[in-house]
Amino acid sequence: MPSSLAYVGVLVFVLVGSMWLEVALRTHVLARWPRLVLVMVLVVWPFLLWDAYAISQGHWFFDTSLITGVYLPGDIPLDELLFFLVIPLASILTLEAVRSVKGWPVDDGSQS
Amino acid sequence: MTYTQIAIMGVLLAVVLDLFVFRTRLVARRAFWVSYAIIFFFQLITNGMFTGFGIVQYDGAAILGSTSPTSGPPPMFGDGRIAFAPAEDLLFGFALVLLSLSLWVLFGRLGIARRPTAGPPIWRTFSGKKTGGKSPGGKTETGDPDR
Repeated sequence: MPSSLAYVGVLVFVLVGSMWLEVALRTHVLARWPRLVLVMVLVVWPFLLWDAYAISQGHWFFDTSLITGVYLPGDIPLDELLFFLVIPLASILTLEAVRSVKGWPVDDGSQS
Repeated sequence: MTYTQIAIMGVLLAVVLDLFVFRTRLVARRAFWVSYAIIFFFQLITNGMFTGFGIVQYDGAAILGSTSPTSGPPPMFGDGRIAFAPAEDLLFGFALVLLSLSLWVLFGRLGIARRPTAGPPIWRTFSGKKTGGKSPGGKTETGDPDR
């Protein structure tokens, strides 16, 4: 595996660690994809802005040999955008996995 | 502003959105905190990989700890770091997770893809306790405060 896929590899680890919940715990997150897409489309913006600012100020920077080398406007590595999509997905899978097992409410209108 | 300052602001903003703007009140719910505890564990591993391998590095002027070393990993613990990553990353992660989950609940409440709800786990199907994908565990979900 080329080292440029190191960042993406960590994201694959997160996906592998969470996607099995969709099958084993029937989280039905992908089955509710319009809602998932809506969350993803909205949640990435504040974090991309934060990322662009932090990169411009040098708060954090990347080992360019360990990322894809594809950049978005604001010098944001594509890898970062993928992070802002994968983490919300894994988080929602976790919440719904807990709900699958425990049945705890979150007042999302699913019983009305 | 430093990463430390923005990260604290990010957490406060996410909590304000959850409590007062979206009124999803996830921070008052058991389902959220149990989920976050699981996420937190995996976040330490993931952050540890990003920073321990030096994929992402930090400027000491922006964080509590010092600048990531040019060769070799930063300290695993101490110097403002937890599992190689700056403590600030935990705040960043909390804000990202809370905003994501809060929006997820909000859109459900607005009637977007409420169903199919989660469950039942496949082992409950195998053991014959089929609940039909609704109210797993036989509990009803009424939106009442759950603690």
